[in-house]
Amino acid sequence: MTGVLDVKSTAGKRLLVREHTELLIVGAGPAGLSAALEAARLGMQVVLVDEHPVDPGLMGLDIPFHFGQRMSGAHRGNAAIVKLAESDPRLAEAFEAGVDVRLGVAVWGLFAHGLGQRWIEGRVAGLSDGHNVWFMRFDKAILACGRRDLGLAFPGWELPGVMGVTAADALLRRYDAFNARKCAIVGSGVEATTFAKAALQAGRDVVALIEVAEAPLDHEGCTQLAEQGVPILTGSMIARAMGGATGVERIQCIKLGTEAASTELECDTVVLAVGAVPAIDLLDVAGARIAFVAEQGGYVPLTDAEGRTSVPMLFAVGDCVGITAAKTRDPAIAASEGARAAAAAAVAVADHWPPPPDKKEPAASDDEVSKTRMRWAAAVMTVADTETHVCQCEQVSIADLLGVQPPRYLRRNQPAMQARDITTLARDGTLNQDQVKRLTRAGMGTCQGRRCREQIGAILALATNTPLSAIPLPSYRAPVRPLPLSVLATLEEESALTENWHGWFGIEGQWVPYWELAKESDQTGSAT
Amino acid sequence: MTRQAADGASVVVVGGGVTGLSAAWWLARSGVDVLVIEKGIVGWEASGRNGGGATHHQSPLFAEEQRLWPQMDDLLGYPTEYQPKRIRVALSARQMEELKVGVDNTRGQGFSVDWLDAKQIREMVPLLGDNVVGGAYFACGGHANPQRTVQAYAWALQDLGGRILQHTEVFGFTHRSGKVTGVKTTAGEFACDSLVIAAGPQTGILTALLGAEVPVVPARVEMIVTEPLPLMPIGGVDGNYLYGRQTLRGNLAYGGGPHEWLPVRQDSEAQRPSSPMLCNIAKRLAELFPKAAHVRVIRSWAGIVENTPDGRPVIDRLPTADNVVVATMSSIGFGLSPASGRAISEIVMQGHCSFADLTSFRLSRFGNVAPNWREQRGWLPPATEGSNAGAA
Repeated sequence: MTGVLDVKSTAGKRLLVREHTELLIVGAGPAGLSAALEAARLGMQVVLVDEHPVDPGLMGLDIPFHFGQRMSGAHRGNAAIVKLAESDPRLAEAFEAGVDVRLGVAVWGLFAHGLGQRWIEGRVAGLSDGHNVWFMRFDKAILACGRRDLGLAFPGWELPGVMGVTAADALLRRYDAFNARKCAIVGSGVEATTFAKAALQAGRDVVALIEVAEAPLDHEGCTQLAEQGVPILTGSMIARAMGGATGVERIQCIKLGTEAASTELECDTVVLAVGAVPAIDLLDVAGARIAFVAEQGGYVPLTDAEGRTSVPMLFAVGDCVGITAAKTRDPAIAASEGARAAAAAAVAVADHWPPPPDKKEPAASDDEVSKTRMRWAAAVMTVADTETHVCQCEQVSIADLLGVQPPRYLRRNQPAMQARDITTLARDGTLNQDQVKRLTRAGMGTCQGRRCREQIGAILALATNTPLSAIPLPSYRAPVRPLPLSVLATLEEESALTENWHGWFGIEGQWVPYWELAKESDQTGSAT
Repeated sequence: MTRQAADGASVVVVGGGVTGLSAAWWLARSGVDVLVIEKGIVGWEASGRNGGGATHHQSPLFAEEQRLWPQMDDLLGYPTEYQPKRIRVALSARQMEELKVGVDNTRGQGFSVDWLDAKQIREMVPLLGDNVVGGAYFACGGHANPQRTVQAYAWALQDLGGRILQHTEVFGFTHRSGKVTGVKTTAGEFACDSLVIAAGPQTGILTALLGAEVPVVPARVEMIVTEPLPLMPIGGVDGNYLYGRQTLRGNLAYGGGPHEWLPVRQDSEAQRPSSPMLCNIAKRLAELFPKAAHVRVIRSWAGIVENTPDGRPVIDRLPTADNVVVATMSSIGFGLSPASGRAISEIVMQGHCSFADLTSFRLSRFGNVAPNWREQRGWLPPATEGSNAGAA
């Protein structure tokens, strides 16, 4: 080094970091809470953050779950925090054990010193309470970010009342704010049956379980529900939801592969329980190695038995490292993962961070996750019409997705463009969902792809006869929760950054017009 | 897919970014058999991740840039989302003063620019607030969608019979008696009569293999994008030390601020797309558009761009191999791409550019640059932390 500093670059700049913790835990579900309690028991200084209760504005955008506008007013304000605290007694235990519990705080990014980010010292998390953003430095972190739901497009799925089962379950059992009376549930796995039972117990009607496969996935659960009088419609698909401004009023259901007339069911809510997706957005932003592992529910971070990811000092536990039927049934499994990771974190040293297990061999395309998703994707393509938007935010129809056509506000009548489609694109090289997104805008919307990402993957796989595992993970970007400009603007900034901020490199003379340069070089004769 | 060494093309273009693709497309338009070799996916790097601006008044290619953009959708046969015009906003007297160079340059190129006072500019740009001092209105210039445009070049090239080989890396050349006769790649060797190297940050590394290193340093820059807003009459509005545009969908896509210099032989796999800098960009965007302060940021991304010592392009023949044309646009390649590609194609076919004076793009201007020019300018990556720093 000669000591010369490019003041317009990040060299010599500092990120202002408001606080520090030994262990940051993200997510106060069974895995995160159990990790927090174990870490506190082992004498660690722990901050446990959970984004719930979620800001009503974000809930309205289906973030972090597909809430489908079915939250009642009860989820707002302090009442929601009290409700949430009461929903799990271990939260109180964590408080008492000295864990710094922060509810209503989201982590929207994880960053670390590294190539291209060398101005960052150590490891930091970007946090927000909806009003402010700030950074917290951490020595170690355990991510227990949970899951979200696979979306499912069908005519009318934009209507209020169409929602994901994780959202429905959170509103029913954690928020006590589930604004639904009569539910149709799409899916017949453990998520569907568990929720159906909880809904019945809470005095809601369940008008049917609709399953695309010929036999129910959770056979035992479905038998119990059938005994309580809930119709289990197998080999069937929801063909349409109909209703008005307040949402779904009735749905049409078809028996696949038959000419039979569709059945109409009266309901105000359609709960989609067609597949659970590990919430890996923060893990991807943090740079953890991620692979398609069919037996864990799709794309998951590669972790060892203690939850170590490929990123030093970053652990992941619970649903975000893999979802199985057993784990869905029994929260104790996730809890034990949390405790194990906490014990490992207590003694972890960055210098001795083991390499992650090797990427598993791409699974054959007949694994359960692929089969289930492809089956639903095929059903979507059966019922979809030209107005069915697989991406609601950007209003991308399946026809436009597979035609790789530009959005409707652009010119769409050029013959060359019309001749292109997903098959020609796939011929050019590996099919890449991010590339399709850039061209069609599918997945580019305000919900950050939460409702459409995985079903688009399945539809692309189906249409091009590609195994699901061969379609690369579409990338996640910070902020992994949408944050207003005004909130991001609250970040404190050091004066060296403020004073040297420049629009573009600030290379001296870069904007001198070319004709003046010619004069200069004539005078100096320096150019040969 | 393995190819035989006998495979080749009249012109091989190394680099499927916007400059290489445009050059290949112009060559194909003239009936030249052309093959583009790209290590990843076309336009995946900085070519698809920039502000989309097309207002480069300092450049000898500016007039051609302005002439071509309005025709590009028709010439290519695919939508680029090109929108004309540019407004530059000043939030202080100092920013107003700094707009002068662009206004003078543009007028010097023979295009008109109008100065705007605070009231006039607020009428033209609904998202501005009371903090605006004034600005300038360029009837020329404009912006397009980088991702769409890069794909349009690639597809239009294919439509003319040009070939693109993606996911293929170049690691060497067959260099005989002052000419390159073959390009060695992970998919085999490709023979060529002429070679174009337009490989962005890798341009220096590749030209070094031919004994004439083009001096460049890569750097990381970052942008953010918000949820959509109602469209402003003119989307190409920037200022407050940010560059960017409102897309036709209504999103605000803006960048600016400190770049991070990267090691010259950086491992592009290791780059992360997002950083905390997104907050600092958001802060300035909220200042620029106070009436949009409530809109949410939904994404961010980074791109790796290269710069030469004077921040200006190189489009020139390589002194050590006279059938090789090298092109780096020094971090401002997207908007100029219709013109730069045409210039490159002419240099390949005729030896010179017929429509612009490219003296200032000559490689020989760096003949006197010291070997430690990067150190002299401080164009070095920040220091690494200790051994416990993770992926340093």
